[in-house]
Order: sequence, then C-alpha cells, then structure tokens
Amino acid sequence: MDAPEEPQPPVIYTMENKPIVTCAGDQNLFTSIYPTLSQQLPREPMEWRRSYGRAPKMIHLESNFVQFKEELLPKEGNKALLTFPFLHIYWTECCDTEVYKATVKDDLTKWQNILKAHSSVDWLIVVVENDAKKKNKTNILPRTSIVDKIRNDFCNKQSDRCVVLSDPLKDSSRTQESWNAFLTKLRTSLLMSFTKNLGKFEDDMRTLREKRTEPGWSFCDYFMVQEELAFVFEMLQQFEDALVQYDELDALFSQYVVNFGAGDGANWLTFFCEPVRSWNGLILRKPIDMEKRALIQRQEATLLDLRSYLFSRQCTLLLFLQRPWEVAQRALELLHSCVQELKLLEVSVPPGALDCWVFLSCLEVLQRIEGCCDRAQIDSNVAHTVGLWSYATEKLKSLGYLCGLVSEEGPNSEDLNRIVDLLAGLGAERPETANTAQSPYKKLKEALSSVEAFEKHYLDLSHAAIEMHTSVGRTRSARLVGKDLAEFYMRKKSPQKAEIYLQGALKSYLAEGWALPITHTRKQLAECQKHLGQTENYLQTSSLLASDHHLTEEERKHFCQEILSFASRQTDGTGQKIVLPLHCFAHLRDLHFTPSNAVVHVGGVLSVDITLCSQMPIPVRVEQIAINVHFSIEKNNYRKTAEWLTKHKTANGVITFPAETSPLPAAQNNLPALELYEMFERSPSDHSLNTTGIICKNVHMLLRRQESSTSLETPSGVALEDGAHVLKCSDVTLEPGPNRITFRTQAKEPGTYTLRQLCASVGPVWFVLPHLYPLVQYDVYSQEPQLHVAPLADGLLAGIPQKVKFTVTTGHYTVKNGDSLQLSNAEAMLILCHAENRAVIYSNTREKASDVLLRVQSSDRVTSVSLPAAPAYHMIEFELEVLSLPSAPVTGGESSTLGTTEPHRKHKDTHRAGHCMATTDHKVSIDCPWSIYSTVIALTFSVPFRTTHSLLSAGTRKYIQVCVQNLSELDFQLSDGDLVDHGCSADLQLVPLNAKCPQAIHSKQSVFFVWELLWAREPPPSLRCCFSVGFSPASEGQLSVPLKPYTYEFQVENFFTLYNVKAEILPPSGTEHCRTGSLCSLEVSITRLSDLLEVDKDEALTETDEYFSTKLMYEVVDNSSNWAVCGKSSGVISMPVAAQATHRVHMEVMPLFAGYLPLPDVRLFKYLPHHSAHSSQLDADSWIESDSLSLDKHLDDLPPGQVFNSSAGTQILVIPSKDDHVLEVSVT
Amino acid sequence: MVHTSLDVVDEKISAMGKALVDQRELYLGLLYPTEDHKVYGYVTNSKVKFVMVVDSSNTALRDNEIRSMFRKLHSSYTDVMCNPFYNPGDRIQSRAFDSMVTSMMVQVC
Repeated sequence: MDAPEEPQPPVIYTMENKPIVTCAGDQNLFTSIYPTLSQQLPREPMEWRRSYGRAPKMIHLESNFVQFKEELLPKEGNKALLTFPFLHIYWTECCDTEVYKATVKDDLTKWQNILKAHSSVDWLIVVVENDAKKKNKTNILPRTSIVDKIRNDFCNKQSDRCVVLSDPLKDSSRTQESWNAFLTKLRTSLLMSFTKNLGKFEDDMRTLREKRTEPGWSFCDYFMVQEELAFVFEMLQQFEDALVQYDELDALFSQYVVNFGAGDGANWLTFFCEPVRSWNGLILRKPIDMEKRALIQRQEATLLDLRSYLFSRQCTLLLFLQRPWEVAQRALELLHSCVQELKLLEVSVPPGALDCWVFLSCLEVLQRIEGCCDRAQIDSNVAHTVGLWSYATEKLKSLGYLCGLVSEEGPNSEDLNRIVDLLAGLGAERPETANTAQSPYKKLKEALSSVEAFEKHYLDLSHAAIEMHTSVGRTRSARLVGKDLAEFYMRKKSPQKAEIYLQGALKSYLAEGWALPITHTRKQLAECQKHLGQTENYLQTSSLLASDHHLTEEERKHFCQEILSFASRQTDGTGQKIVLPLHCFAHLRDLHFTPSNAVVHVGGVLSVDITLCSQMPIPVRVEQIAINVHFSIEKNNYRKTAEWLTKHKTANGVITFPAETSPLPAAQNNLPALELYEMFERSPSDHSLNTTGIICKNVHMLLRRQESSTSLETPSGVALEDGAHVLKCSDVTLEPGPNRITFRTQAKEPGTYTLRQLCASVGPVWFVLPHLYPLVQYDVYSQEPQLHVAPLADGLLAGIPQKVKFTVTTGHYTVKNGDSLQLSNAEAMLILCHAENRAVIYSNTREKASDVLLRVQSSDRVTSVSLPAAPAYHMIEFELEVLSLPSAPVTGGESSTLGTTEPHRKHKDTHRAGHCMATTDHKVSIDCPWSIYSTVIALTFSVPFRTTHSLLSAGTRKYIQVCVQNLSELDFQLSDGDLVDHGCSADLQLVPLNAKCPQAIHSKQSVFFVWELLWAREPPPSLRCCFSVGFSPASEGQLSVPLKPYTYEFQVENFFTLYNVKAEILPPSGTEHCRTGSLCSLEVSITRLSDLLEVDKDEALTETDEYFSTKLMYEVVDNSSNWAVCGKSSGVISMPVAAQATHRVHMEVMPLFAGYLPLPDVRLFKYLPHHSAHSSQLDADSWIESDSLSLDKHLDDLPPGQVFNSSAGTQILVIPSKDDHVLEVSVT
Repeated sequence: MVHTSLDVVDEKISAMGKALVDQRELYLGLLYPTEDHKVYGYVTNSKVKFVMVVDSSNTALRDNEIRSMFRKLHSSYTDVMCNPFYNPGDRIQSRAFDSMVTSMMVQVC
C-alpha cells in the first residue's frame, strides 16, 4: 500500500509541480486505477470560471496524487499554496455490507473527521464496483445499497460527493461511461477547490497588501506571498496570470522607490539601500534562482538581487509565452531603471560595479535569447536586441576607461587594484555556465585581465553593434558607436583607424546640418589629423573650427593660433603652398567698383572695394590678398564705348555675394527650384481637351542622384589659377568681422576682365575662393576721338541763323593747345562767328571740368576753331551759328491754276508731298587734328516757305497771284514783296495790288500777293517773273546779319485770252421758267477775241486764202448731274482766227432738279488732226460719231489763260414740274 | 552631447514613422531611453519633428504630460509658421514661441 510516488521533499519548486490530491482508503485499489486516471485526467480541458470578472479559461488539469496523511493538511495560518492539497479522495471497493459496517465506515468517519478538523471541504468518495467480486459473494446486496449507505452516512445533502466507478479496468462501454462521469466529477471538484482556495488566498494577499502602509510591513514577505500565487498559476500553466503577479510586484516596488525618492520612505526599503557588494549579473538559465529567492526570503537581498530575481522570473515566463523580444526590451528598461533606482536610493556602489553588472546582464539576456531562438529569428529581430548590444559596448568602454585599459601604457597599480575589486564582486562563476566557453562571466573576466584582451572584446562588440545598427537602418546610431570607437583608437594612438569613423560621422552630421555634433566631431578630427600629420587637412579643419561659433572663444583662438603658428614656422622653409578654401576663413560679402559701372577707359584707374568678413576670432595679418582676373578681348566693340557706359548703369555698383549655406543641410539647398508647367493636350479633330497635367521641366536636375562620393570637406583640389592679371593688396590685417579692402588698378589693355579667384595668403597658407559667383566683370575700353555735330533744335531752317552743337569726344587723344578744327565752308552756308563762343569740357562721367573761351577764325574758305586743351577721355562741347542761304526754286513749267511747283534740280532739293518742307543739304568737311582724313558732315536745312503762283483772268485783264505758305513752326515777318519781269519788255507793266507794310505770317499760314498785268502792245507768249520777299523771324527783334530775301522764280505762258465762251439756258418758249423734266435750250457762243497771234501757230491752224481757221472741240459736261444733255454733247467746230468771230452751238438740256442750278460746264479743246494731210478730208461729224479713245490724242487742252468763260458762276432757276410723277430720262 | 543622442532619435522617428503613416497619432512616445535621459518624439503631419529630452530621474513627467507639452509646442510652432514674415528654414526668432518654451521649461523644473 505504497503511495504512487515517494513522499516528496517539503517544497519542490519545479515546473513539474502539479496540484496535490490526496488519496485515502484502499491504496491497492488506487494503485491499480492510477495509471488510467493520470492518463485520462488531462485529456479534456475544463472551463474555469474565475472570480473578479476575469475571463473564463479552458485548462487541462493534471494532478499529483499523494497518499493521505494528516500532516499534509495545512495548519492554520500556513499560506503555502503549492503544498496545499486541493482535493481529498477516499477510495473503496467494498461491496459487502458487513465489511462496510466493520471497517470502511469507521475508516471513512475518521477520515472525514480529520478533514473537518482542518475545515477542508473538498473531498470525494469513490466507490469502485467490480462485477467479478460481486459474483463471488452470494449474499450480495443490491449494489446500490453500499453507495446509498455511504451517501446516507457521509454525504448528507451532498449526494454528488459520492461517485461510483464501475469496472474501471475493463474495456466496456459501461466502464467508459462511468469513467467519463468520474473524471468530469473529479475535474469539477478540483476546479471548485481552486476557485475557492485561490480566491481565499487572493483575498488574504490583498489584505496583506493593504497593510503596506503599516510600519512593520515587509515587502519581502509580501513578495513571497504573491509569488506563491504566481507559482500556482504557473503550475496550472497559466503563465499570463503568473506574469501579471510578477509585474504587479515589479510595479509596486518601482513605485516605492519613486516615492522614496520623493521623500516618502518606507522602512523596509532601507535594507535595499545597503551597499552593493556583488554584481554578478542576471541569471536566466535556471527557471528559479533559489539562491536569490532565499536571500529575499531571509530579507537579505540587495536591490540588485531583488531586481535580478524578479527579472529572471519574468524572463522565464515570457520565454514560456514565446515572447523573447519582449525580454530584450524589458531587459534594457530594467537595466536603465536599476541604475536610476540605485542613484535614487543613494545606494553606494563601487565605481565600475554597475558597469560590470549591466555588461554581464546584457550579455546574459542576449545569450538567453539566442539559446531559445534559431539564427534566422535572431537575425530578423536584431532591432530588438541591438539596444542591448550597444549598451553592453558602452559599458565595456566605460569599464575600460575606468580601469586604464584604453591607455597606451596599460593599467597602473591603482587600476589593477580596481580590477581586482571588480572581479571579486563578481564572485565565482556559476556552475551552470562553467562549462560554456563564451559565458558573460568569462568574457568580462578576460576583458578585464589585459589590455589586449580588452581591445579584442571591445572591438568585437563595437563592430557587432555597428553592423547591427547598420543592418536595421540605424545609421546614425552606428555613427555614434563609430565615434566612440574613434575615440578609443585615438586613446590607443592609432589615429589612422579613427579617422574613417570621424569622417563618416562628420559626413552624416553635415548632410543633416547638426551644428553641435559637427563641431564636436571636427574637434576630434582635428586632433586626429594633427597626429596623422595631415597638415593640409588639419589646417582646414582648424580654420573651420576657428570660425565655428559653437566653440568657446579660447578654443577658437587656439585653432586660429595653430594656423598662424604653422604659417610663421614655414615662412622661411620651402615654398610649399598649402591651399585651403576661403569660406572657412572669411566670407566675401560684397564687392564694389569705382566707377560704379565697372567700365573704365584705357589708362583709367579702377578701384575694387571688397568687404571680407573674417571669421577668425583674432585679427589676422594677411600678407597678400589677390584677385585673379581673367582677361578676354571683347569682340563686341560697342561695349567698350562711352555710350555703353552711360546706358548700362548697374544699381550702385555693389555686388552682394550670397551668405554661406553652411548651417543648413547642404543637400536640400543645392536642389534647383521646381519648374512646373501646365500641359494641355487637345484632340486634333474637335479641339476638345484630352489630357491635362503638370510637367516638371527640370526632372533630370531634381531626380539626379546625389553624388555620394563628393565629400563636403575634402581639400577639394582648389586649383590656383596663375592668371597674368592679378589685383593685389599687401599687408592687410583682417579684424574679426567685416573688413574693407580696396584694390586699385590702372587699366591697360582694352577688353573684359572677369574676377575669378580671391586668394588670401598667410605665409604659405593660401585661402582661396575658387569661384566668384555671381560673375563679376569689369571692362576696359579704348575709344577713338570723335566729332559729333548736331543741330540744337529739331531741324535747321534755311535762311535764318541756326545753332549747331559740336561735341568732341577726345577718346584716347589728348587735345593740346593749338589743336584746331578746320571747317571748309560750303558756298551756300555761312558760319557766323561771334566774339563770345564758349566751350565746356566735361569729364568721362559727365562732370563739368572747365569752361573756356573758344576762338573762331574765319577766312574765305576755311573756318578754324581752336580747341581748348583737354585730357584724354573728355568731352568738349561748343556751339556755332550757321546760316544757310535761302534757295530760290524756279518754276520751269507753265503755271497752272492748281499751282503746283516743279522744283529745279539746281540744288539737291527734295520736295516731298503734302506739307513737308523742302530741304537743302550742305556738306561741311572738317579737318580734325587727330586724323589725316577729313570728316564730312552733312547738315540738312529746311526751307520754311512754300510758294505757289496762279494766273487769274477777268475777260482780257490778267492778274498774277503768289501764295507764300509758312510750313515751319516759327512766325515770320514778310516785307517788301516784289515781282519783277525778267522778259525786260518795257510794254509790260506789273501793278502791285498789295499792302506796303510788313505782313506777319504765322506758323502754318499763308499770305497772298497779287499783281495786275498790263501791257501796251501785243503781249509775249510767255513771261518770266521773279518774286522776292524779305523775311525775318518775328520773335527776334534785331538780327546780327542782314538776311537775304526769299526769292521765287516762275514763268507764266499763254496768258492772253483768245476765246470767250458764253453759255445761256433759255426756258422753253412760252414759259417763264425752266421746269424739271422739260427740255430747255442751251445756247453756247464761242467768240474769238483776237486776231492771229504767235501762239496760234500750230498744227490745228489751217490757212485758206489768207483766211485762217483753227479747229476747236467743245464739250458740255455736267459733273453734278443737274442736267441731262440731250443729243450731242460735244462737237468740233472750225473757228476762224479773226477777232470777234463767233460760233454758236445750240443743244437741248433737261434739268433734273428744281432750284437755282449752275449751268453745265462748257469745255473747249484745241482739236489737232491725226494727220494734218488727212484732216481736211475727214468729215467732222464722222469723227464725232466714232467717239473712240484714239480721239484723245488729238485733243489738246487750251491753256487756261486763253479761254475765258464769261458765264461761269451763273445760275438759272428751275421750278419743279407740276406733274412730277413720272420722269423718264434717257441719255445717250 | 545631448545633440548626438538627438541624432539617434531622429533615426528612430523615421523608423517609427513608417509604421505610423496611416495613424493620426503624432506623438511617438518614448523613443530612446538611455541611462540618464529619456527622449520623446513627436512628428507633425508635414514630418516636422519635435524631440524632447528629459532627465531620467525626473519621474514627475508621465506620458500624458509629455504629450500635452508636445501639443502645446506644436500649436505654438504652427503659429510661428503662419507668420508671413517667417522664412521656413530660418532660425525661429519669435518672442511668443520663446516665452512659451520657457514657460514650459519652468513648469517642468
């Protein structure tokens, strides 16, 4: 009758813990059933309903069946839960009433009494029925009777406490059924017991917790109690719940620590404040660290012990829950908070001890995680563990520094002592890791043992951390670890290894514009470069640091001094130049040219002012500042002239250079701006919109890959240009802040000079600004001397004195005293010399330089103007008065009533249509002192007047009318109008009908002059006349020179009246007036007024027996459509050439309108036969009948002077017809 | 060298930023605990990052306080950005912003 398992040691806290169930009664029976039972029990899950609204859970129950002993029952006050028997079972297979009464009943009673004594209510009685046994007994009672008896005796009101199990070892359906019922009962009972007991336990625990403010309360006691609960949950495989218990403990403890920090200390915390003596790290390999637990139980644990134990439990549970990454995360938090808590509690910790602890813990956690995950899992979750790696690295580093393992010399004795102390605190290695080669303990011990080992471990860890950071994309973190590594290398005096890391870190800081890290890294880099002897790089970094405002004044001065001392050291050495970019030394702010337009003539002085902001903290004496200038010969000559100079003026000559972009991320600033354009695409057929969008035109610029290779701080191969043209400034001391430096240069060759590089040299150190941007140029030009002559007013008027301005641009020629301009006079143009001509000399920039008297000497042919002395690139301006003699255009043609003038070709006159003035060009040739060639200048004068003439007739009396039209803008006085006949015929007399007084002629107005022509004898066929009129500008009173009168020559021909035409319209006979629509008769009479004259001798004249006749054609034309001419409107008549010979023509006309109508025109033509031989043979009528175009050839207008229409201007009254309803007119 | 840790923080934001694209929560929470400091992050919708570094020993500041501080900072920053005279990218030189930050600091310390 042995228990199925050996009596166990008092407490065993292993994962094999199961809830305890005690067995009493027939042990043999139980032993036979046990295998089946323990196998069947966990098979089906049971729903566990929880108190406090916790979610129900399905759990698989397992039990540890032990033999019932009274000692197993918990005594009053014992809180141990693990050893608590949750259920008591009494087994019996008694089927005999006698036996029952004799033994079993007593036994049962005793059992139940014990249970009652311990107030245990979770019990069960199992009656096993066995058919085989039944058969043996003849006097068998109904089987129910025993069960009933038991139920009666023990289970008052709780009949379900007694269970029947039939034939448990058989394999029948009945057996199965009874098993199932039994198992269900068993599980239910167990769970009920759990619920009840755990509930009670939790209540007790809470009560205990509520007492925590009481003075005697101990966290450790409470810890043990709550952990008991956690153990039970763990036992029931409820790891979540177990974890919750630990988390609650964790939070409670943390809160106490925080409160302690706030001054609210609890007594029990004081022993956690004991100095730390052991720092052997977390132990995670065992599920329960019994050692630590014992310490806590004995209330001897330190804070680290408690934390370690707590975390090891949490870790175990998390690993059960398959959450290793949470372990890593929690570990990091734990380590941080432990360090903080120790600080907060002011626990004294030997230096380095915490580092050891953290280092060991980190590695322990990492190894623990690695131990339960495969490689792939770890690799994909590096992000979780990398924090621990870098933390471990950091801690090892600080240990190394602490123990003198990083220095070149190795640890000194003090350091060695410290190492020994630290190693002592680790204690002995734990047995469970003793066999592992790579245990954290061994690692730490080894690392601390020697400099070399430390280096190896540290490098391993650092590289691993960098690699992991990089693999999860935390490049910045990797840079930080790298920087630490660099520092380590610097300590180890191997700067070449450190440089890579520093450069890398600097590059990423620069790219993102973190000013402070940049400064810090540069400082490290400077030291590194100094050790490496990279002079150029070191100087560059130094200059950057010297100009860095994040550094203190002293540090900046130090770096500045470094540069200066280097410079002074090297002065007398080899001429090796060190070229550094200027921007780290000084910043070119602006540049200013004098003259401000940056254009200067050859030989002129140009000065360039630059403002250079020195970034150095102290004044720096610069030996030389030079600007390299690129010279190119300008193709476009125009740019070099003075005109360009005046036209292209820059704002004020100041070119401002953009500030540096160093404080901001360079990558973003360098991007060009987006160029976006709208885009519409229309369908070609109906012009409707197909697509629309936005196009970025500079995609290629924007999406261009950033060149990763171009480092921002490489020495950048600043090429020194050795231009021939250099602007220099020596011995300048640059004060911190803006400095003004002036360069002066004398312009030599003409061309364009582009400023390329700015270069400041301090000894052999050259600070170079490789490119000046925006582009800065200045131009040097060379100009030929020029003479420019222009009228002062808009146009020159002929006939009156006009002012002309002479401008001499000296260019490169220097005008000496005695140089003069020789003007060869044109015939018709006078140069008027006055005594007080003055010349003004201007400088190149239009500033008045001087004002001198001008000497003008005039001879017949040449006028000489002696120029005042003037330097090169100046201007001399003076004015001269010129007078163009008025021209006398002569009319060559016949005068006409319309009065158009035919200008003669004597002068180069051009007469333009309309109201434009006739012009005259005068050419003046000028000899200049600077040239062997003469300059020919054309001056154009306009004639202010236009003159027309016309012949007026009144019968045979003749008048000549001259019209003078003023075309200019000026007003004039006209006087002494005179008309002279050049024909010199004394018989002819011109009688003026004009006023004698001077007449004013205003601008754009006309004045008429009329003369009557009287003759004694037969007048000549033509008459040459000359009109002259004196004029003077109305505004000016007295003129210095006598002005020539204005003349106008013309010719009048055939002015003698030969024919008189008279037309008369008579109303139809019997009526007083003409009526519209009725025919009237038109009587035309043509009368010859003179006998044969000289002018009649032409082709039309026929002579028959001393009797002369000429053929004339008349034509009646009514242009105003007042009249309808009926019948023939024209005809040819033969006119006898004799005085008073009259020809009459009668024709019918019909008025078309009523009113006073002018008579129709009667025109008279000279009819010239086509061929004089045939002319007589042709019938005049037949000519008229064939009214063809060829007729025109044979018609010749009679000169207007020869025909006088005496009826011109007469009108006749036409009254409307009474019946004007229909008017039919047919005109042939 | 608090700035150096800020640099690491920045990276953390971008790492978290990917996960937070859809969410409206701008507060990133604790980003980067170190032994001595806690670094909290906040990113606006336009990816402007705010970073706050708190001394680890300061236990009075809980998540909620940090969050509200960030909110205040964000609204103040928005005001600065709305200033038409402010050139994005320049150093912020706003008296209102400064005083807001100072008052926040005073309140914390």
